Amino acid sequence: MQSLGVEVFAISVDSRFSHKIWQETELSKMVEGGVPFPMLSDAGGKVGTVYGVYDEAGGVDIRGRFLIDPDFNIRAMEVMTPEVGRNVNELIRQIKAFQHVFATGEVTPAAWEPGKPTLKPGPDLAGNVWKEWKPEEQV
Amino acid sequence: MSEQAEGCVTPSTGPILDIPETLEASPVAEKEVSMTLARVGEPAPDFELSAFHEGGFKNVKLSDYKGKWIVVCFYPGDFTFV
Repeated sequence: MQSLGVEVFAISVDSRFSHKIWQETELSKMVEGGVPFPMLSDAGGKVGTVYGVYDEAGGVDIRGRFLIDPDFNIRAMEVMTPEVGRNVNELIRQIKAFQHVFATGEVTPAAWEPGKPTLKPGPDLAGNVWKEWKPEEQV
Repeated sequence: MSEQAEGCVTPSTGPILDIPETLEASPVAEKEVSMTLARVGEPAPDFELSAFHEGGFKNVKLSDYKGKWIVVCFYPGDFTFV
């Protein structure tokens, strides 16, 4: 993540003390040195509520992940119920795609990876996408 | 950023929102805060929360990181399974 120049923040309703202990007792054993990004404490789920991920019944923030660009606009969000874990490869793919879009103004078609063709949006492209991009590229 | 005294409770604001002055005192303001404001293509709601990072505690304000790409990851709880 650092190599892409991305700041990452983890947030749960747990206190900062709980974060400290979790980092020290479990995370540092799963990952060398523990997780390197700040772990924020959203007591009462107030920030989770504003982001639409606070589950009042359970009293926790559910699994929501938001990508924010340098202009402070939300570009992407993925919210899942807690049973299924995230796929970090998809997040990295999205970050690279949005960074490319932010820098160049081109758009990235489905399943885009760095190196694959992009599209330059404009009136000429309407009806001509088939010349530049093939659906087989998706697989 | 100045070091805070290590007490049991560190005040941190939570969500930072623009609530018009006329509404602040009224019950309507409470309801504004509990609306979902985060939308794709819209500015991210700002906030300030206390955090654990690199062995210590500090307050983190999201807008301090404006100008960088940011990923905010909510998760249900420490010590959970997935």
